[in-house]
Amino acid sequence: MIGQVVHGLGSGAVYAALALALVLVHRFTGVVNFAQGELAMVSAYVAWQLVEAGLSYWVALPLTMVVAFAAGALAQRLVMRRAGDAALIMTIGLYVLVHALAAQIWTSALRAFPDPFPGGPLGVAGPLAVVGAVLALLYLVIRHSGAGLTLRAVAADPRAARLAGIRVGRVHALGWGLAAVAGAASGVLVAPVVFLEPGMMGDALVSALAAAAVGGFANPVAAVAGGLLIGVAETLAGTYLWADLRVVVPLAVLLALPAVRAAGLTRVRA
Amino acid sequence: MRRLALVALLLVSACRVTSAEVVVGGPPACAGQHADGLTPTTVRVGGVYPLSGPASAYGAVAQGAAAYFAWANARGGVAGRQVEFLVRDDGYQPARAVEEARRLVDSDRVFALFQTLGTPSTAAVRAYADRRGVPQPFVASGASDWGDAAHPWTIGFQPTYAAEARVYARHLLRTRPHATVAVLYQNDDFGRELLTAFEDAVAGTGVQVVARRGYEVMDADVQAQMAGLAASGAGVFLNVGTPKFAAQALAADAAMTTWNPLHLLNGVANTPSLVAGVGPAALRGVLTTGFYKDPVAWEDDPDVRTFAAAVRRHVPDADPASSQVMFGWTSAAAFAAALERMECPSREGLMAAARDLRDVEIGTLLPGITVSTGPGDPYPVEDLRVFRFGDSGWEAV
Amino acid sequence: MTAEPRTGTGHRRPAVGQYAGDRRRAWPYPRTALAMAAAAAAAVPFLVPPYPLYRVTLVLVYVVALLGLDLVTGHGGLISLGHGAFFGVGAYTAAILLAAGAPYPVTLPAAGLVAYGLGHAFGRPAVRLSGLYLAVVTFAVAVAVPPLIRRLAPGGAMGLPARTPGAPSFTGLDDDQWVYLLVLAVTAAAFALTRVVIRSTAGRALAALRADAGAAELLGIRPPATRAHAFAWSALYAGVAGCLFTWTTGFVAPESFTVTLSITLLAGLVIGGLGTVPGAVIGAVVVAFLPAPGLVSGLALIVVLAVAPHGVTGLARRLPSFLGKDRA
Repeated sequence: MIGQVVHGLGSGAVYAALALALVLVHRFTGVVNFAQGELAMVSAYVAWQLVEAGLSYWVALPLTMVVAFAAGALAQRLVMRRAGDAALIMTIGLYVLVHALAAQIWTSALRAFPDPFPGGPLGVAGPLAVVGAVLALLYLVIRHSGAGLTLRAVAADPRAARLAGIRVGRVHALGWGLAAVAGAASGVLVAPVVFLEPGMMGDALVSALAAAAVGGFANPVAAVAGGLLIGVAETLAGTYLWADLRVVVPLAVLLALPAVRAAGLTRVRA
Repeated sequence: MRRLALVALLLVSACRVTSAEVVVGGPPACAGQHADGLTPTTVRVGGVYPLSGPASAYGAVAQGAAAYFAWANARGGVAGRQVEFLVRDDGYQPARAVEEARRLVDSDRVFALFQTLGTPSTAAVRAYADRRGVPQPFVASGASDWGDAAHPWTIGFQPTYAAEARVYARHLLRTRPHATVAVLYQNDDFGRELLTAFEDAVAGTGVQVVARRGYEVMDADVQAQMAGLAASGAGVFLNVGTPKFAAQALAADAAMTTWNPLHLLNGVANTPSLVAGVGPAALRGVLTTGFYKDPVAWEDDPDVRTFAAAVRRHVPDADPASSQVMFGWTSAAAFAAALERMECPSREGLMAAARDLRDVEIGTLLPGITVSTGPGDPYPVEDLRVFRFGDSGWEAV
Repeated sequence: MTAEPRTGTGHRRPAVGQYAGDRRRAWPYPRTALAMAAAAAAAVPFLVPPYPLYRVTLVLVYVVALLGLDLVTGHGGLISLGHGAFFGVGAYTAAILLAAGAPYPVTLPAAGLVAYGLGHAFGRPAVRLSGLYLAVVTFAVAVAVPPLIRRLAPGGAMGLPARTPGAPSFTGLDDDQWVYLLVLAVTAAAFALTRVVIRSTAGRALAALRADAGAAELLGIRPPATRAHAFAWSALYAGVAGCLFTWTTGFVAPESFTVTLSITLLAGLVIGGLGTVPGAVIGAVVVAFLPAPGLVSGLALIVVLAVAPHGVTGLARRLPSFLGKDRA
């Protein structure tokens, strides 16, 4: 039982990191990014490619984060900016395109991904620490930096921010970039376990969406808690109740949330 | 204006292109049988494979089959007929497989649908093959279903999952008669067939299944299942997963220092992609089964040399060291054997020949394994050998 | 956070025919065009060989599905990523009934009703929040349905073969032609129904909500109920289309109804053009001939959204006014 909870926390950490990315994008640009998981998958491939090229894991990791930030910001500037009101469908287009590109470049062959954390029950501490670090980093950037201040201003009122001379477009790109960094963390966490392949984030995305919904796509802490809870719930339901229940857990959470919101437990604003 | 259109409509409706079937005249025993796509000098054959999508790694099977047919054509064809092999992509989606099968039969007028790949696509095409009376010989899936007499147009090729399970059971009874076994299985027809057959085969013996955990194809990973199985402390671990999940289980097994069971890897999972992805360290000592010659381990075998040369020459994109290319080649050779043995040059004749192959030897099958069918035996290959992963890859045990 | 998340499909300046209830004419001879299209559609099975006919039949099947999706996405401005799941539920309902020996005319309403019921069950909680939330919930539905089918439906991962409707002997048609004509009849009925629904009070309410939710609420329109109804209706179309799919292909399997199908349907509709009947037809052609989401459809979707938000139809509709004198 305890073993199962620990494993649940491990996958929960992945959902939490991806949910953080979803929350960031939604808070700062008002859209749910369905392509977030695919961007994370590409980040993992970038890390893999760097390690294959001979770099040490701990050098490749920060480099990957830089690449992910640039890719996220570019996706916003090049593609999302032109979406107008159809931003959500645009993220679907991005999802399809990024996935197809990855399958084209890296094929669907399985790739082993280096695992920096030891196996066993203690191994789960690593992913949790990564999620904690990402959360702390985002908190610092958003609360205590100049860029973070403009981010919050844009999130609060884009029109007023624009009038105040803030370049809203650039700030949106910054939000996408930061989100891509959080997403990359999830990709790098999940890759050693499931092996690297283009479809690897498919399932994590649904669970992460449910986790982000727990925080109303606005509250990072609630999203992290939701991710961990969903991870544990999936593992326990799959092990002790009915193996297929795993895939139903995110759906059940999403369907129950509006009722829970009515009870005043969480702020689901979406 | 509208009346004119109606008249035109009636006129053209009279001359719709209909699919007039080619009917055999010839000897009285064969009269009235169908032979679309077959002439005395050519035979047109279609195959449906996942060339794109998540299962696209299996597309290599099509390359192997194409290489065989090209090689045979260069040597004068199969029984004097040049084989035209059309490959179509279904993206591993059954609906598209039916669509492509229809296109092959209705538009391209193929004689037979050789080797649809994967259980769902094969089942989908089988329903269509039944309706249209088109042969679907030597499908690439190990389900026992393809021996079902209710579907006369479909026949399997590789050993069934149940046959494979019995080989594992036999091996364990010989080498570890009191083994405890933990099983990870994919919770669908494939996984359950193998698991059930294994449990039946060891029932009443000293070998005991002490733990079993299923996973769903939609699951992200099998970590939780592996933790549960490790807790059983079983001496043998039977890994019944598709490549992605089997690879995860192999990696998890290798990472666990406290549990070191004898690892049995099912044949479906033993793909070049898995071997490359997991790496030799995690595979050392793992057992699996096979029925055709591994192109790397049998490099110096004359038939494998012919194979490698033909692949390099006719399908330069293909990897001659890939066991999946070899699998395609071997099944195509069996198909050629059936074509050669047709008594009536017709679809009916092909199926009769495919169902009456007596110990046909194919150079790329392992020594002692033959393709054999007959009345009451609709399973072409039924024998398997056990292999262990050693220093140079898979080695015979 | 006043940045009210706007869901996808809004148009900053509605062009001709881009919103429900728009009566402005973009093409001068609508009746002639309709009659010619109907005549051409009825002539197809007598002109086209069996395999292309099968492809055309599938296009019609997707037309029915996209007409439903357009109710929610084009006219309602909400995004459903679970349309393929309802399509699959309809297909499976029909296949299971056919396997149990039911006559095939029964399967059509049954498939529609089952999907309609599920549409209500999932739509009600989802639309209480915003449109974004509906997209998220429907995505989860699309992901959860194939494994549930695999486990619960007969046939499991192997899929389920089904009888296809055979032509009655008095017609003298072959089965492919008969199925085509059946599908065509249902498609025509779906067209007619769509017109009725869009012009009904509920359809106008939906369009009003989409144009300005606040104003619509002041007029006494209840957003959740209206949207839930629209969503359930769209699920009904998907279920009916799924049933037609079973009639056409004679085989259903869980792999045919994954989230990929839902995404393909949405992409097809957007590329074809939202909120218009020709958009649904063009979209169906896109779905039938570009089946797997890949580089081409991903790029097409992005380019269309960036350059021509009204899809191919929007481009075509702009053509007459662009060529003519009355340039807007």
